[in-house]
Amino acid sequence: MATDPKLQTIKGEYKQNPMIPWPFQILRVKRETEDTFTLELQPTGDLQEFQFQPGQFNMLYVYGVGEIPISISGDPLNPRILVHTTRAVGIVTKAMDKLPRGEIIGVRGPFGKPWPIEKAIGQDVVFVAGGIGLAPLRPALYDVLAQREKFGKVVLLYGTRTPADVLFRQDLEHWRSRFDLEVYITVDRAMSGWKGNVGVVTTLIPRAPFDPRHTVAYVCGPEVMMRFTATELIKRGVEAHNIYVSLERNMKCAIGLCGHCQFGPFFVCKDGPVFSYSTVKDLLVKWEL
Amino acid sequence: MKEGKTVNACLLERKHFDTLLDALKVRGYKIIGPIVKDNAIVLEPVESVTQLPIGWVDEQSNGVYRLRKTDTPTLFNFTVGPHSLKQYLFPSVQKIFMTQRQGKSTESTVDEKVERKKKYAFIGLRPCELAALHIHDMVFIGGMYSDPVYQVRRKDLFLIVVNCTRAGGTCFCASMKTGPRAERGYDIAITEVYEKNQHYFILEGGSDRGMSLLKELKQGKEIDGRVQKVQELYTKAVQEMGKAVETSKLKDILAQQLEHPEYDNVGNRCLSCANCTLVCPTCFCSTVEDVTELSGASADRIRKWDSCFTLDFSYIHGGPVRLSVKSRYRQWLVHKFSTWIDQFGTFGCVGCGRCITWCPVGIDITEEIVKIRG
Ligand SMILES: Cc1cc2nc3c(=O)[nH]c(=O)nc-3n(C[C@H](O)[C@H](O)[C@H](O)COP(=O)(O)OP(=O)(O)OC[C@H]3O[C@@H](n4cnc5c(N)ncnc54)[C@H](O)[C@@H]3O)c2cc1C
Ligand code: SF4
Ligand code: SF4
Ligand code: FES
Repeated sequence: MATDPKLQTIKGEYKQNPMIPWPFQILRVKRETEDTFTLELQPTGDLQEFQFQPGQFNMLYVYGVGEIPISISGDPLNPRILVHTTRAVGIVTKAMDKLPRGEIIGVRGPFGKPWPIEKAIGQDVVFVAGGIGLAPLRPALYDVLAQREKFGKVVLLYGTRTPADVLFRQDLEHWRSRFDLEVYITVDRAMSGWKGNVGVVTTLIPRAPFDPRHTVAYVCGPEVMMRFTATELIKRGVEAHNIYVSLERNMKCAIGLCGHCQFGPFFVCKDGPVFSYSTVKDLLVKWEL
Repeated sequence: MKEGKTVNACLLERKHFDTLLDALKVRGYKIIGPIVKDNAIVLEPVESVTQLPIGWVDEQSNGVYRLRKTDTPTLFNFTVGPHSLKQYLFPSVQKIFMTQRQGKSTESTVDEKVERKKKYAFIGLRPCELAALHIHDMVFIGGMYSDPVYQVRRKDLFLIVVNCTRAGGTCFCASMKTGPRAERGYDIAITEVYEKNQHYFILEGGSDRGMSLLKELKQGKEIDGRVQKVQELYTKAVQEMGKAVETSKLKDILAQQLEHPEYDNVGNRCLSCANCTLVCPTCFCSTVEDVTELSGASADRIRKWDSCFTLDFSYIHGGPVRLSVKSRYRQWLVHKFSTWIDQFGTFGCVGCGRCITWCPVGIDITEEIVKIRG
């Protein structure tokens, strides 16, 4: 078909048509937990690298199955490899989980507003992650650690269901060994052998070492978790406009055209997914908005 | 009235109306206009004036649309039907791309239909529909990303609007400031006059190409004064318009009244059938579907109209965000009259009344606004 002159290949089309995915090849599949996996992808064709900012996401297209928004979880300083960490929950994510190394996956992006890291320069930085919410935060952690001297204290608070659900063990191990980063992990339900914290992630906030008046917080997890976290941070004295959350809505286009991701006046795909908590806090408490 | 190469207004006798269609054909346009089909006036290809709804009048009210044939041989004595420009510029079903695979290699290609470039001339659009087109321009090609399908189809449209001299039963364009007379955005504006055995049209050019086309038509006499005279006909249309929306401070009132009890009330009546969003000329939501060929060798990605009234629309893992019908009705109403302004700087409603006419239970958005305004 590619020989039919009426049909243009994706290469020529990509720039003009933001709805066409670019083929990426799966270099490596890494199993994080029972239901969560990380794909390392490499662009095919004449695309050499994939630049993005922490907090941005891509639309990933599984051939013939569907397309879904997934945040980029890799290192922004290594744009030759595109990394996505996904929890298999439904039709597309489960199909993606079955893709072997070498398989092609379609990528459109990057989309959305990033975590505003520059806002935290000269301040303490607190990352609060719930479950898979650690994946969209990881690029921001990489970014902050790559220019560590520009920030005050850096703290990661991470809550997950059970010890078996802990993601990115290697990174966490490494981060824990650093003296310039405080890592606190808590689980909802402990199993024998777990020596860490038990309880929801918000319980870590009162004890964490940061100066609330000079802190910028980046929060990602289920919507209720983000609300409780923000409330707790505010209680400690962090200002609402210094708290950033990443929202999830159904997305079909990621470019502000399909209408699906609307949240009050916002299109989450292009006005977000990262929002300052002060912008969205009143909307988050409205029923079924 | 002649000025150089162009004419900015002229009088066209009914017997010469065909010359307008001919001039469009000579220019290579495919003409789309109103015709009667399945008991409604819809927009379809038109070859000659005899296909137009001669003598047909529509009667519209909450939940009711009816056509009636009269002895008066008017061409445009009806208002808006279920179709609008949306059907052409934002097709209800559109292939986005097709992916072929051979072994491990996968290649996505754009369907040639996306690239199709047919020149369309629309005749018989109403002023509110031009306003809706302007709104869609902001949605589809006014932002950071453009919709490639819309972009191709939008180019080179020749737009002939017919000003309204009679208000439809559910119209409220006057209060939305989109009619009954088109102010801009057309190539030619027509006002039909039928009186005392006289049947003629006042044609006004709204663009260079519109005015140069007018020059080629057989010019009727006595144009002077008539352009002013038809003003009375618009005034009459405004006076007989039975519905209105009070727009002052409406954006803020709706944003502040998200938990108004009227949403419970209307949520109990609404069937969430999505008729209103389908007929609305400004609704732009879509979804995508993936269709795989049986052999698995190719897969198509298809865009289809979607509606905020469906449960799936807001589905995320764990369940839909907008579970109740009242929350979906609220999304629709607040979007049209409040958040649309945040997003695109204008109301998302042009007052065409289609959602009122085509609602099977006759829910009237203007009445809902009255109740929520309090
Ligand atoms: C900006 C953004 C970033 C995301 N980043 C990640 C990430 O890094 N890792 C990860 O595991 N998940 C992420 N998600 C959630 C992920 O998109 C959903 O888990 C996924 O869409 C579920 O698809 P499914 O077909 O497997 O599920 P099903 O339950 O079968 O869902 C069917 C369809 O509903 C829609 N849908 C369902 N759940 C969601 C959801 N939570 N958000 C948006 N649409 C949904 C999709 O169109 C999906 O195809 C992100 C969501 C958004 C909006
Ligand atoms: S909301 Fe109703 S009246 Fe307004 S433009 Fe849409 S269909 Fe017409
Ligand atoms: S308002 Fe009327 S037309 Fe719209 S979804 Fe509800 S019942 Fe259907
Ligand atoms: S995902 Fe389509 S408008 Fe945001």
